[in-house]
Amino acid sequence: MKKLEVSAIEEGTVIDQIANESTFKVANILNTQKIEQVVLVAFNLSSKKLGKKGIIKIGGKLLTQEEVNKISLIAPDATVNIIKDSEVVKKFTVDIPDSIEEFMKCFNPNCVSNHQKIISRFHVINKNPIRIRCHYCERHMGVDDIELV
Amino acid sequence: MISLKDKDIISILDFTKEEILYILEISARMETEACPDILKGKILANLFFEPSTRTRLSFEAAMKRLGGQVIGFDELGTTSTVKGESLRDSVKIIEGYCDIIVLRHFLEGASRLTADSVGIPVVNAGDGASQHPTQTFVDLYAIKKAKGDIENLSVGFLGDLKYGRTAHSLAYALSHFNADMYFVSPPSLRMPKDYIEELEIRGVSYQEVESIADVSEKLDILYCTRIQKERFAEPVEYEKVRGLYKLSKSIMDELNVKDDLKILHPLPRVDEMDESLDATEYAMYFQQAHSGIPVREALLASVLGAIK
Repeated sequence: MKKLEVSAIEEGTVIDQIANESTFKVANILNTQKIEQVVLVAFNLSSKKLGKKGIIKIGGKLLTQEEVNKISLIAPDATVNIIKDSEVVKKFTVDIPDSIEEFMKCFNPNCVSNHQKIISRFHVINKNPIRIRCHYCERHMGVDDIELV
Repeated sequence: MISLKDKDIISILDFTKEEILYILEISARMETEACPDILKGKILANLFFEPSTRTRLSFEAAMKRLGGQVIGFDELGTTSTVKGESLRDSVKIIEGYCDIIVLRHFLEGASRLTADSVGIPVVNAGDGASQHPTQTFVDLYAIKKAKGDIENLSVGFLGDLKYGRTAHSLAYALSHFNADMYFVSPPSLRMPKDYIEELEIRGVSYQEVESIADVSEKLDILYCTRIQKERFAEPVEYEKVRGLYKLSKSIMDELNVKDDLKILHPLPRVDEMDESLDATEYAMYFQQAHSGIPVREALLASVLGAIK
């Protein structure tokens, strides 16, 4: 039996195959500091697919669709495993949505969305590598330009 | 059957090749046919949150030549914006006063926000360093008049390609027409990577160089842009690049260029084109400027549903 590098949880969610450098960003998206149940965060784990990867295990939590969408933007290879009674009852890969509203900030300081009280909107024009176009100013953003709010 | 009735004119990305050709066709009709009453009873609101005499007057002239009326403002100080009103609220109120909004704004994307907020057509007359689509239709029309066709041309873009929104929009538009593009600029004013990416997605053949001499012999059209002082945060940066990309008759005589090369410029010019060029066969920029009226007539008449 393969030895686990990070302890298992009985109930909750495991986010695996996180791009190594995005591990703490994902932890921030999930607001892990405020979770009262067990949270395990590990990075620099070996991965055939990514070379190095991060993994986050959160006891007693199910992700919202918005959290999944946010994770997809900074860790597009991530997989989400729902755990019940120590068994994986559901597993899926995050899917980058075609359009994004509200939870992202345009990186262009002169964009109208950063000056008026409006909901930011973006169109995903390429998923691998990720390229996102602001609905308003039409500037393109890559993974390094993404600022989640 | 193409109809542009009620269409917003925000970004050249919103237009198909067929729609662009349709507007050029209507522009040619507007130049030769008088249509003094087709917009009678219609009101255009010129909302200029940033000054631009030429663009504002050309829309006003176009509207009035077609029998319409014009209201509006051309400085921020006279608007409710200074009282803290949001752009969305301002345009939703003004929507009730007019049939079409022409907007110039210092924030990028302000036109798209306006179009999303109102139910009447909105025309982007330039927002920040983003797009300036009506100037692009003017540029395309001038190119078509100069060359007879806008397919398969070699087009050079010279000067400020970083902040020059007319160059951005024109490059997008020409991507529909199998153009070979040559971007000539100092490294600090190169075409932004967003635009290069979009051109690559569209399969455009392009080359970036620092000297016009490297590509001059290939060009059918040379599109010059002004190095815009107001786009530089540091005056010293402006001084470094101004005047680096000057054209004059003597420089053109030294360059290896095609006899039928045409030079375009959205104007106003500063240092980048000497007056000695004006009398040469290359100069096309004043005819280009005069195309502004028929092209804007065509755009207004089309989106207001006056073209059958």
